[in-house]
Amino acid sequence: MRKIIALQDLDCADCAAKMENAINKIDGVLSASVNFMTQKIILDIKDDNATDTLKQIKSVCKKIEPDCILKI
Amino acid sequence: MSKNKKALIRIIVSLCVVIVTVVLKYTISESISWFKWLELGLSLAAYFTVGYDVLWKAITNIVRGKIFDEHFLMTIATIGAFAIGEYVDATAVMLLYQIGELFQRYAVGKSRKSIAELMDIRPEEATVIRDDLEIKVHPSEIEIGETILIKAGEKIPLDGEIIKGECSLDTSAMTGESLPRKASIGQTVVSGCLNLDGTIFIKTTSTYDDSTVAKVLDLVENATSKKSPAENFITKFSRYYTPIVVALAVILAVVPPMFEGISVGTVWLKWMRRAMMFLFVSCPCALVISIPLGFFGGIACASKNGILVKGSNYLELLAKSKIIAFDKTGTLTKGNFAVTQVVPENKREEILSLAALAEQYSNHPIAISICRERKADMSAQVQEIAGHGVKAVVNGSVILCGNDKLMNDYDIEFSPISDGTVVYVAQDGRFVGSIQISDQIKEDSHEAIAELKKAGVTTVMLTGDNNITAQEIAVKLNVDKYYSELLPQDKVTKLNELKQNEKVAFVGDGINDAPVLATADVGIAMGAMGSDVAIEAADIVLMQDNPASVPLAKRIAKSTLKIVTENIVLSIAIKFAVLILSAIGLLDKIAFGMIIAILADVGVCVIAILNSMRTMFIKKRK
Repeated sequence: MRKIIALQDLDCADCAAKMENAINKIDGVLSASVNFMTQKIILDIKDDNATDTLKQIKSVCKKIEPDCILKI
Repeated sequence: MSKNKKALIRIIVSLCVVIVTVVLKYTISESISWFKWLELGLSLAAYFTVGYDVLWKAITNIVRGKIFDEHFLMTIATIGAFAIGEYVDATAVMLLYQIGELFQRYAVGKSRKSIAELMDIRPEEATVIRDDLEIKVHPSEIEIGETILIKAGEKIPLDGEIIKGECSLDTSAMTGESLPRKASIGQTVVSGCLNLDGTIFIKTTSTYDDSTVAKVLDLVENATSKKSPAENFITKFSRYYTPIVVALAVILAVVPPMFEGISVGTVWLKWMRRAMMFLFVSCPCALVISIPLGFFGGIACASKNGILVKGSNYLELLAKSKIIAFDKTGTLTKGNFAVTQVVPENKREEILSLAALAEQYSNHPIAISICRERKADMSAQVQEIAGHGVKAVVNGSVILCGNDKLMNDYDIEFSPISDGTVVYVAQDGRFVGSIQISDQIKEDSHEAIAELKKAGVTTVMLTGDNNITAQEIAVKLNVDKYYSELLPQDKVTKLNELKQNEKVAFVGDGINDAPVLATADVGIAMGAMGSDVAIEAADIVLMQDNPASVPLAKRIAKSTLKIVTENIVLSIAIKFAVLILSAIGLLDKIAFGMIIAILADVGVCVIAILNSMRTMFIKKRK
């Protein structure tokens, strides 16, 4: 399943890279890229447990950049 | 309240407190014995007002096991300054850091937005006709086969075919082409173009997600996820840079005092200060932000000119390509045959009329090109002789029209012409003349090749055509090298040979040269608007069917890489300068040495961001 998540207040490019790495390590994520310029996460995730995967993505991002809001 | 506004208010409040403290220090500090405590109190108040979030982040990050981030460094450095009794310095450093952060965030946000806006050509609304009513909906709610209405000044929301009305279209958002194009009933129009005048009704042929504009945007927006070597270098560099500088800072704080006087307090303080300056410049932020920003600006600039780049790595590769190979037919030439010469010229009318009579029923490309020159004015009885030509009978007269073999078969004496594709025409056993047909060179091919050569690129032409035709075109265009009579797989082999020493870009029309596009370091598909195969296979897609886009793409790539390189060199050079200056103690003499260090850090970052913005304004050369 392809999904695009818009981000708000993603301020640092370095954090974007860290988020991308962390999201890619989550089970259920086939591929993810965090685009700092367009403030988006482009995701390809497995269809099973998609809500669970999204929850994990949210918490991972929160850990790295607490100010950044994911608009799922 | 926005994040930036909040930060600004905190900065102003804190700044006021710091100013009051400094004023008090220079006026009444002598007269009050407990002033040191007052100074500490005011400084701490200002310090926490402006920096509490930095401290909080530093603590939470340590809890999560992330030690070497900028928040941690700021915390250590400022607490260090408090420890050695420089309260105002400590607060000023935190204040400056926050001002820098705010400024940087603002600059990044602004530049990011302006680039994103440059690319946002997505239509927001469409007028669909349902039950004879005009309804305004989001384009994603419209299905294939529905009728939509586009008035003057509106963007075409979905691909479709005009069923009523006509207009002129501004296709610049999609192709970079500035001349408006006429469109009328029966023609297909592409989403993202702007209707300049007139009202048109179109029947949609795509859904929103599959529309050309959505695909193009998807491509460009995802482009920066393919990282270039320069970006990878920076990622690696920053991974080692920060820990190394922090380690050096620790060494600087501990080792020299051991030799200079292990029991003297001021010696320790001196080296501690220098070590803290190291910590300030240990953040690689200028690099991490400005490099992708530079590439993104370059990609946006390219897409504004109808050049879609699929990743910053391709931009870097194109900039480094020393050889650019072109497919001939359809890329450098128009790919449609046309009459270029009639011999003898004084019998032009007669020769063309006869040939048109004979060729009128054929749909061979050569026949079509002749009939385009002259319409046949009566019917004929035609017999096709495969591989030779045609024999036609008109009003009892026999016309022969074909190659040298046909002439020889009928024992007709003719004057042979050696280059290109030639059609010989004879009437009633007598040779009348010949028509030379060749592929036409595109108007901009000459200039494109010339500009590339001037830029030091070796131009190569690859073609499946015979050597004579290939040579003729190669000489006319003045390409450096050409290879003829190549089957598609031979083109791949040839490209692999070229690739051995240099980076090679290949430009093709993407229809039958997908394997070659894939083989090249950079595959460039030309005139690909609406062609999925080409967009899929290529690394760079030229929306316009125009070779002039190639040197432009090359120039944008080169300028972008230059700007990115400037940023890398500038950032690293200034950081090293600050490191060396503070290590040898030259910054000790300046009152606020640490502030210089912070300014170096933030200043470099802002300069690099501004420099990156230049990539947006790379212009067409006229």
